[in-house]
Amino acid sequence: MNLSQDDLATLWLTLQLATTVTAILLIVGTPIAWWLARTRSWWKGVVSAVVALPLVLPPTVLGFYLLLAMGPEGAIGQLTQGLGLGTLPFTFWGLVVASVLYSLPFVVQPIQNAMEALGERPLEAAATLRAGPWDRFFTVVVPMARPGFLTAAVLGFAHTVGEFGLVLMIGGNIPGETRVVSVQIYDHVEALDYAHAHGLAAIMVLFSFLVLLGLYGVQRQKGTFGLTYGKNR
Amino acid sequence: MMQYAPVADRDPLPMLLNRWLCLLLTCFLAGTAQGERIDVAVASNFMAPIKELSREFERDSGHNVRLSFGSSGKFYAQIRHGAPFLVFFSADQAKPQALESAGLTVPGSRFTYAIGTLVLWSAKPGFLTNGQERLASGEFNRLALANPRLAPYGVAAIEVLESLKLTAATRPKWVQGENISQTYQFVSTGNADIGFVALSQLQADSSFRDSNGLKASGSSWKVPQTLHRPIRQDAVLLKRGEYSPAARALLEFIRSEKAGAIIVRQGYLLP
Amino acid sequence: MSISDCPSDTIQARFALQRQGDFCLNVDVTVPATGVTAVFGHSGSGKTTFLRCVAGLEKPDDGYLNVKGEVWQGPSRLLPTHRRPLGYVFQEASLFPHLTAKGNLDYAIKRASDVFDVELYDRVLEVMGIDSLLERHPHQLSGGERQRVAIARALLIQPRLLLMDEPLASLDMARKQEILPYLERLHETFDVPVLYVSHSVDEVARLADRTLVFDQGEVVAQGRLADVFSRIDLPLGFGEDAGVVLQGKVVERDSQWHLARVGFEGGELWVRDGGDALGRSVRVRVLARDVSLALACHEDSSILNRLPVTVSEIAADKDEAMAMVRLQSGKEYLIARITQRSRQRLGVEPGRQLWAQIKSVAIVR
Repeated sequence: MNLSQDDLATLWLTLQLATTVTAILLIVGTPIAWWLARTRSWWKGVVSAVVALPLVLPPTVLGFYLLLAMGPEGAIGQLTQGLGLGTLPFTFWGLVVASVLYSLPFVVQPIQNAMEALGERPLEAAATLRAGPWDRFFTVVVPMARPGFLTAAVLGFAHTVGEFGLVLMIGGNIPGETRVVSVQIYDHVEALDYAHAHGLAAIMVLFSFLVLLGLYGVQRQKGTFGLTYGKNR
Repeated sequence: MMQYAPVADRDPLPMLLNRWLCLLLTCFLAGTAQGERIDVAVASNFMAPIKELSREFERDSGHNVRLSFGSSGKFYAQIRHGAPFLVFFSADQAKPQALESAGLTVPGSRFTYAIGTLVLWSAKPGFLTNGQERLASGEFNRLALANPRLAPYGVAAIEVLESLKLTAATRPKWVQGENISQTYQFVSTGNADIGFVALSQLQADSSFRDSNGLKASGSSWKVPQTLHRPIRQDAVLLKRGEYSPAARALLEFIRSEKAGAIIVRQGYLLP
Repeated sequence: MSISDCPSDTIQARFALQRQGDFCLNVDVTVPATGVTAVFGHSGSGKTTFLRCVAGLEKPDDGYLNVKGEVWQGPSRLLPTHRRPLGYVFQEASLFPHLTAKGNLDYAIKRASDVFDVELYDRVLEVMGIDSLLERHPHQLSGGERQRVAIARALLIQPRLLLMDEPLASLDMARKQEILPYLERLHETFDVPVLYVSHSVDEVARLADRTLVFDQGEVVAQGRLADVFSRIDLPLGFGEDAGVVLQGKVVERDSQWHLARVGFEGGELWVRDGGDALGRSVRVRVLARDVSLALACHEDSSILNRLPVTVSEIAADKDEAMAMVRLQSGKEYLIARITQRSRQRLGVEPGRQLWAQIKSVAIVR
């Protein structure tokens, strides 16, 4: 395969970015999903809509607004500067923040669906076994919603790997910092360097295929979860 | 039993629709009778001038110009794979040349329609009283430039830095836009203190006002033409446009004095 | 936990709750905190809601709950479910599907009120007969096996009160018969008060010591099984299932005819010998439809059991051709379901002395 040192660096960076983003998404997305799955509050609709917004906005548009918001004059930029962190655009952590926002619906929704599918009964059963709210969450909700978490993690990871427009807008194409695979492929194509583009694209397609194959394999194995629960009360 | 209503009493809506359809058809026929429609691919950096130019051209000739904007690289790939463009305004010379070698253009039709002007710009007023000094001092958070692999303005920016022997010193502060518009956004949003942008962008951006003879606000340094090779932008008549009088007429118009004045006003030089 | 002046061997519950639609629960009861108390009624009568209120799974608008001297719910406190030392068996299997049977039991052991008790563990496993099932996941167990594991799990939390919400309702007849003996043994082996929700007369007759009868969100009767089931003024609508449950002792066994004589406070009854030892306490059920009335003691009939009774009350049946008659026999009561025509012909009136002929009697426990 036709890969330069630079290409390998972008692959490595992409892997780091996607892993970091996935970890943060699971940590951030889980409480949101849990709240959305349980609440009957009027705010549910509002929060759901906000979480889903990145699905609607084109990535470059979202990227442009993030560039404004995270810039020195923007609200986020003012905050990060106030905290002594500088501004986020053109940094790895800037990409992380943007990717977390962008991939949030892909993580929240599968987890939320899995949690909603659990119903009340397992939680009630756990409560009658002296399990407090946190205990119930970690010993019942998380393991039972595992397929949802798995889907969420894979979607979040894959979506971050494949994300492009957003990175283009706030990345600045800095090698080892913000130059990820998708941008590198774009550059190759734009520069009419199709050989390198094909090589990287092939790796990405193969990678995604293997990840998705793995996901569906695991889901088939664990597909029987939840079926032993009765529907009626 | 159902009665057949006399014609005059029928629902008036279909009649009205008929009339509209006739009108539309007439307009459409009239349009095609007078002028021809030409599909034109234009590099994004030339968006503002070409809009004005095509407006003028349409008024003078009665032809109908349909503009598509995008990156030259994408248009190159699309044209190679049969995109239905008659004329291609590239942001560089390389892509029209490559199309020429591939035999996808009308021989002898390629010409430079504009030469880009490179400007070092900052959104902060007073930040660039002397651009060269500022670059050399290293007192800026980031330097935005277009990706030199993709954008001629990026190539020129690198050439400027090479001429000033500042490439290595400034490299850690580079942030690259995929195209010149993105580079412009990096600077205009304040995320990069300074950046190499196109003069035409400052001319087009009405939200910025400047003291230094430029429309845009902030501060700028017009990079001397001696520091880089000219940023030549070539246009070419594609094979599909070979037998289109309208396409030829458009290219003819671009070379006219009237068009030249517009191009210059928008921040470009003429060859 | 705060101790109130309420006796420490009772459960006092007062709940008022209004739900969307026209369902409402309005209960104020005190029951002894020993043995099995059946919470009995038709579906929709509020019995499950009552149980959920006791567990804290349902939050009543207003309520008071005192279990053996501990206030679980009062004006200023509402103990969440996980702080209440109770065990709960749900109607359908509620095992955690991601854990094995053993994992489910361990879940309870880890969180039990008291330290792990090996002796209790062995006893629970033995009584529920689940020793061989421990490594299986819930979906590899039959419905009956799942419920046995669920009951074991509820016991291993070492509850001070066991709540069972129709634990057999989701099982077919064969599975019910499989589990009932385990429930009876549970009653005999473990000293935990049980509130047992059911709409099955059969189950209640076999398992309960006393019953609360629910109708439209209220308790309409409460007391010993023998008393409540012999009442004919309740809107229970048992129909063919109406009958009394009598507690007695085996006083004689006739090996020649395979019969046993059971003595109870109102007389004696011959039943089929079920193998129970002499002196053993048994429970027999006499259905109203198996009781006929006669003016004299007919020695010339095939009917084995004849008791002198006094008519204490008469009520109309849902079926307008029939009447329900409550009969006193010693200190206990029987009920008979006879036609209105016979009632008139025999002149059945309160106070009238008659003979009750009992066609068949079943030992239910």
